[in-house]
Amino acid sequence: MIQAFAFYLFASILVAAATLTVFARNPVHSVLWLILSFFNAAGLFVILGAEFIAMLLVIVYVGAVAVLFLFVVMMLDVDFARMRAGFARYLPFGALLGVVLVAELVLAMGAWSAGAIALDARAAPTPAAVPNIQALGTVLYTRYLFIFEAAGFVLLVAMIGAIVLTNRQRRDLKKQDTARQIARRPEDAVRNVVNQPVGEGVTL
Amino acid sequence: MLRDLQLVAPELILCFGALGLLMVAAFVGDRSLRLVNWLSVALLGAAGLVLLGPAGNGGDAYLGLYRADLFASFAKVLIFGASAVAILAANDWFTRDGTHRPEYPILVLLAAAGSGIMVSASDLLTLYVGVELQSLAAYVLASFQRRDDRSVEAGLKYFVLGALASGILLYGISLLYGFTGTTLFDGISRALAGPEGISTGELFGLVFVFAGLAFKIAAVPFHMWTPDVYEGAPTPVTTLFATAQKVSAMALLVRVAIEAMGPAADGWRQIVIFSALASTILGGVAGVGQANIKRLLAYSSINNVGFALIGLVPGTREGVSSVLFYLAVYVAMTLGAFLCVMRMRDLDGRPVETIGSLSGLSRTQPGLALALLFFMLSLAGFPPFLGLWPKLLVFQAAVNEGYVALAAVGIVTSVIAAYYYLKIVKTMYFDEPAGAYEPGRRTATGVVIVAAALFVSPLGYLLIGPLQQASLNAASSLL
Repeated sequence: MIQAFAFYLFASILVAAATLTVFARNPVHSVLWLILSFFNAAGLFVILGAEFIAMLLVIVYVGAVAVLFLFVVMMLDVDFARMRAGFARYLPFGALLGVVLVAELVLAMGAWSAGAIALDARAAPTPAAVPNIQALGTVLYTRYLFIFEAAGFVLLVAMIGAIVLTNRQRRDLKKQDTARQIARRPEDAVRNVVNQPVGEGVTL
Repeated sequence: MLRDLQLVAPELILCFGALGLLMVAAFVGDRSLRLVNWLSVALLGAAGLVLLGPAGNGGDAYLGLYRADLFASFAKVLIFGASAVAILAANDWFTRDGTHRPEYPILVLLAAAGSGIMVSASDLLTLYVGVELQSLAAYVLASFQRRDDRSVEAGLKYFVLGALASGILLYGISLLYGFTGTTLFDGISRALAGPEGISTGELFGLVFVFAGLAFKIAAVPFHMWTPDVYEGAPTPVTTLFATAQKVSAMALLVRVAIEAMGPAADGWRQIVIFSALASTILGGVAGVGQANIKRLLAYSSINNVGFALIGLVPGTREGVSSVLFYLAVYVAMTLGAFLCVMRMRDLDGRPVETIGSLSGLSRTQPGLALALLFFMLSLAGFPPFLGLWPKLLVFQAAVNEGYVALAAVGIVTSVIAAYYYLKIVKTMYFDEPAGAYEPGRRTATGVVIVAAALFVSPLGYLLIGPLQQASLNAASSLL
C-alpha cells in the first residue's frame, strides 16, 4: 500500500517536474525543476531496491551536474529567448527524436517482457540477502581493489593535468605573502621622524 | 595479498615514486627539476629491475585481473626504456624554451605505469583503466608547451578523438560483458569457445574493442589523428607516443586477440588483415609527399604498425614472437630517429623540422647525418641493417601459415616507403647545405643515439639470437 502510494507520488511529481523543466521560461527555474525531478527519480530507484543508483543520482546529478548547470546558466550571458526562436524550424527534427525514443521504449518493453539476458558466468553474482550498496562495496574493495586504486591514479593524473595546463604565475597581480608579512620587523616598517615642523607634510 | 603486491611491483614503484616526486616538486618548486628528472629515470630503472623477481613471470594477481608473465615483461622493458629516454631527451628540449617543469617526468612515470597495467591486463576492466591512465597523461603531455598553438591543438585533437575511441572501446567491452557474462580474458575465451559458437552480440563487441584499440596503435582506418598530433606535440612527447605508447597498445592488442579472443580468431583475423594492409599501404604512400620530418615519421609509424599487424594475423607462437621482435627493433630505430630530429636546430637555437633543412647535413654535422642514415636505412629495411630482420620474421610467420598474398603486399609497400627514407638520405648527403646548424651539444641523449645506431647497424645481428629467444619465450606465455 505504502509502496504504491510512494510510487504514484514520486512518479507524478517526476513527470510534472520534467514537464516544467522544458516549459519554464526562466532557465534558472528550469534547472531547479530538473533537480526536483532528479530527486523523485532517486525515490523511484529506492522503491525498485536499487539504493546505490538512487544515492548516485542524488550525489552526482544533483550535487555536481545540476549545480554546474546552475552556475553555467547564471554566469554565462546566454540569450535563451533568441535560442528559442528557432523552435518551429527545429520542430520536425525534435519530433523525429521523440519518435525514436518512443520506438526504443516500446522495443525495451518488448525485450523486458521476453525475459532478461542471462549472464551465465558472472564474476560477481548479486547476493540475495545483502543490500546492494554493501554488496558493491564488498567486491569493490576486495576483488576489484587493484582497479579501484588504479582508477584513483587516473583521477590524480586528471588533476595534475588540469593544474599543469592552467596554473600560471601572474606577475601583475598583488598577492598576500604571509611569510613575508610575519617576517617583517618593526624597524623595517616604522621610522621616527624628529624635528618635524607642525603643519608641513612628511617626505617618505 | 603480499604475493599480489610483489607481482604488481613495477607499477607500484612507478605510481608511488610519482607521488613522492610530486611532493618534492610541490615543496621545492622548479629548482627540483634536475633531481626529479634523474629520480624518475632511476624509478623506471628500478621498475625494470624488479622484473627479474616474481613480477617478471609470477602468474596472476588479484584473482586474475593482472597477469605478470614473460610477454608483459618483454613489453615492459621496452616501455620503461623508451620512457626513460623521453625524460632524458626532454630535459634539454624544454629547458631551452623555459617551459620545463617537474610535472613532465611525473606524468611520463604515470603514463608508463598505465602502459604497464595495459600490457599486464588479463581483464577488460584492467585493460580500460590502464588505457585511460596512459591516455590521460598523454593528452596533457601533448599540450605541455601550452604557449605553443600547435602543441595545444595537438593535445585537444588527441583528447577529443581519444575520448571517442575510449567510448568505442568501452561500448565493445560492455557488449562483451553482456554477452559472455564476464570481463576476465580467460572467461571470455571459454565463452567464445562454447558449443554454440560466437553470437552476433559477441562479434559486435569484438569489432568495437578492436576498433578502440586500433585507434590506440594508430592503425588505418583509425590513424587520422597521428600526423597532426605527432607534428604538434613537443618532440620528446612525440618520441614517447611513437615508442612506449605504441608498444603498450600493440602488446595489449596481441594479448586481447590471443588470450581473450583466441577462439574467435576467424572473426578478428579479417579486421587485422584489413588494418595491416591499409596501414602499410597508406603509411607508405601518404608519407611520400610530406615536407615535415615529424609528419613523415608519423606516417612511418603507421606503416610499421601495419607490418607488425601482419605478424599477428597467423595467431601462432611464431607470429606473436615476430611482432615482439619487430616492436623491439622498431623502438630502437624510432627513438634514434626522433633523438636526431631533436638535435636539429638553427643557429638561433630554434628547432627546425622541415626535410629541406636537412640539406647537406653530412657536411655540417657528419656524425648526426651518419646516425640518421643508419636509422632511415634500417627503417626502410635495407639489407645490411637490422631493420630488415624483423620484417623477414613477420613475413615468414605469415607465409608459413599460407598468407602469401598478404606478405607480398607488405613487401611492395615496404619498397614504396623506402622511397621517402631514401629521400632523406639523399637530402642529407647530396644536396647543397641549406643553412647553418647549431653545433652539436653534449647531452645525455647522445649516448642513446650512438647505442641505438650501433644496435640497428650490422653489429646488431649479434643480438638477434638472444632477442629472438626472448621474444619466443614471451610468446610462449600467451600460446
